[in-house]
Amino acid sequence: MNRIYTEDVSVFYGDNQVLKNVSVSMENNTVTAFIGPSGCGKSTFLRLFNRMNDFIGSFHKTGLVSIDNTDIYKKDINVEDLRKKVGMVFQKPNPFPKTIYENVIYGLRLQNISDKKILDEAVETSLKRAAIWDEVKDKLTKSALELSGGQQQRLCIARTLAVKPTVILMDEPASALDPISTSKIEELIFELKKQYTIAIVTHNMQQAARVSDRTIFFYMGDMVEEGDTKMIFTNPKKELTQQYITGRFG
Amino acid sequence: MEKLFSLNHLKDKAFLITGVISTFFGLVVLAIFLANIMIEGIPRLSLDFFTSLPSRRAENAGILIPLIGTIWIMVLTSLMVIPFGVAAAVYLEEYGAKNKLASFVEINITNLAGVPSIIFGLLALELFVRFLGLGKSLMAGSLTLSLLVLPIIITSTREALKAVPRTIREASYGLGATKLQTIQMQVLPSAAGGIVTGIILAISRAIGETAPLIVIGAMLYITSPPTSPMDDFSTMPIQIFNWLSRPQKGFIVNATAGIVVLLSITFVLNGIAIYLRNRWQKQVKW
Amino acid sequence: MRLKEKITEALLQLSAIFSVLITVAILYVLISESYFFFSRVSFFEFITATEWTPLFTQKSYGILPLVTGTVLTSFIAMLVALPIGLTIAIYLNVYASPGFKKVIKPVIEVLAAVPTVVYGYFALMIVTPFLQGFIPGLSGFNSLSPGIVMGIMIIPMISSLSEDALHAVPQNLREASYGMGATRFQTAFRVLVPAASSGIIVSIILAVSRAVGETMIVAIAAGQQPRFTFNPFVPIETMTTYIVKVSLGDVVHGSLEYQTIFAAGITLFVLTFAMNIISFYLKRKFQEKYE
Repeated sequence: MNRIYTEDVSVFYGDNQVLKNVSVSMENNTVTAFIGPSGCGKSTFLRLFNRMNDFIGSFHKTGLVSIDNTDIYKKDINVEDLRKKVGMVFQKPNPFPKTIYENVIYGLRLQNISDKKILDEAVETSLKRAAIWDEVKDKLTKSALELSGGQQQRLCIARTLAVKPTVILMDEPASALDPISTSKIEELIFELKKQYTIAIVTHNMQQAARVSDRTIFFYMGDMVEEGDTKMIFTNPKKELTQQYITGRFG
Repeated sequence: MEKLFSLNHLKDKAFLITGVISTFFGLVVLAIFLANIMIEGIPRLSLDFFTSLPSRRAENAGILIPLIGTIWIMVLTSLMVIPFGVAAAVYLEEYGAKNKLASFVEINITNLAGVPSIIFGLLALELFVRFLGLGKSLMAGSLTLSLLVLPIIITSTREALKAVPRTIREASYGLGATKLQTIQMQVLPSAAGGIVTGIILAISRAIGETAPLIVIGAMLYITSPPTSPMDDFSTMPIQIFNWLSRPQKGFIVNATAGIVVLLSITFVLNGIAIYLRNRWQKQVKW
Repeated sequence: MRLKEKITEALLQLSAIFSVLITVAILYVLISESYFFFSRVSFFEFITATEWTPLFTQKSYGILPLVTGTVLTSFIAMLVALPIGLTIAIYLNVYASPGFKKVIKPVIEVLAAVPTVVYGYFALMIVTPFLQGFIPGLSGFNSLSPGIVMGIMIIPMISSLSEDALHAVPQNLREASYGMGATRFQTAFRVLVPAASSGIIVSIILAVSRAVGETMIVAIAAGQQPRFTFNPFVPIETMTTYIVKVSLGDVVHGSLEYQTIFAAGITLFVLTFAMNIISFYLKRKFQEKYE
């Protein structure tokens, strides 16, 4: 049983339909890439899974989004708890203007955890998992804004890991970074999928090919094709997919 | 999923309710005040009330003199402050972007905007009433209020100029216009809506002021409306203050009726300003 | 053509410089008149004596009663305006829909557009009698009711300026916080308020400065009796209302009584000037942060 799936999901902003009857599923401990030209709805789709679209006043959706056999748009869902379980990493690194330490434990503070031992432990484990511990262990009390862009993004990943999510959503996590930082993030994603289910939006086809196990291609609000990444990139079933991955538009 | 109503959730909801209450608190209180004023004051409003001179008997007294004084103040203040205010704003926004003088003037204007109005009264008492020998005239009063609202006009005009996009300026320069031509023919017309809004708000502020006019000695017993800028005068807020300081109930009723008139003028001016601003903002969807 | 450009620029520049002359003139007037005052009254007496009776036969020139009167009314005003104004700012920024915010912000600003003489009437004729129902010892003139009314008047200063500051916090910090499972309440107080703190402080300083300089509400409803007290139930006098009181009477130009209003004026000016300058530099600092 796939733990994450959607059935016939359509999304509207006011009268404007941005996703049309999308039904897909994501398997546990895999990386799924969402690709497609800008405006195709891939980011909106990603944000369905932690309900970040809820902040847009004109947003509404039809269809089912299910995680662990629960409709996450059910009335009695606690959205905050959902977001603890489904972590998110954003396009631009967005550390809080606080110390590195405070950034990592932000989510724990939200749950009113104040035991110093638990917090220290969480900081070390999360930073290690995000492969940034060695770079920052001596300056945990420095402002997170002093880190480089790539370091900031890994810090944001550590911050997400600290709340112990089971799913991680990544919205073009490397698009604002230099190539070296990008490859570090990609290595990290490869490590993380052993423990987490990951969905990543990217406009970078090579990146999708490198990091993901499965790929879903969107075009103008339609889910055109889903399948093994290798298959999508070497032998797509649909003509549109073929055109996109060979760079004829997008 | 965990339980729906965690402590964090409760706090969140509690603040939402507090927020709604706070948002409407001031407005509800003001509404109660206004209702009270209208109940007391509206029955007193009659044609006589608008056309009568002051009187020792409350039921005979009217607002003819202060109403005419307020209109004089509106006109004179506008005439004096608009050219200076707009000119200063154009200089700061279009010419003095980076120089030291402009930055000094800017600190100065921010500070002036925060100087208590009564201090302008003290300045005017020495400078206009005594040194320039204008006495307690309309001229002295309008000059005082002009200084008081100058920072408001400068600040709002600058905001309006800032909102004019670079592309319009560049287009004009690209066609060979000089800086002055560009400002006159493109920038100022584009910013006009915002500038006028600021001017109306400033004038509305000016006619509501009392303290600086009291300091220059405008609270006088006058028996005829002013006919020239050098005449003694009274204004609506001064008349209201005057009536409020009398013990007899009849004068308090007069004060409430005066407040109804003053507030009507203020709210109409503010309404026009908000309307113009909204229209201008829609039109300036660059 | 070239000449016309130059002349216009010079005229515009003169207009800008004119605003500086206003400040210079204010300083000149206040300093020169207070100079005469302080050549006749010791500065030490001025800042330490606890009685202010320049208009009586038994004269004393201690500014402290006027200062406590000003502090008292401003403090009461801030007790009202600060919690309500900040709550509104956070509510509008974090909870309310953008459409509602756009409509309600100018409506709340109407509170600041009502002439202060009108608020004076409210304080004297509505709020004081109302409060006397709960507080039997409340005098007909007191600092509590003008303080409360002044607080209502300055709510929009705090709510609008603080909301602007919250609005300037980058969107991605909000998303980061919500993405971690924070509630709106937690996001507001753990991320947004700290990030917008300097802008919020500016709004508070400007509101205090406004309260300190407010005249008519206090002149009408607080009683014009200088008293060295922090009791909010009795008549008091502020620096501003003392100036009004003297202006209403017949005081001879050049007399010591006449100069007292400039001494009170310069004290008021120095206080508000300090607050305005601090807020100017704080504001500049927080604007740089996000540009």
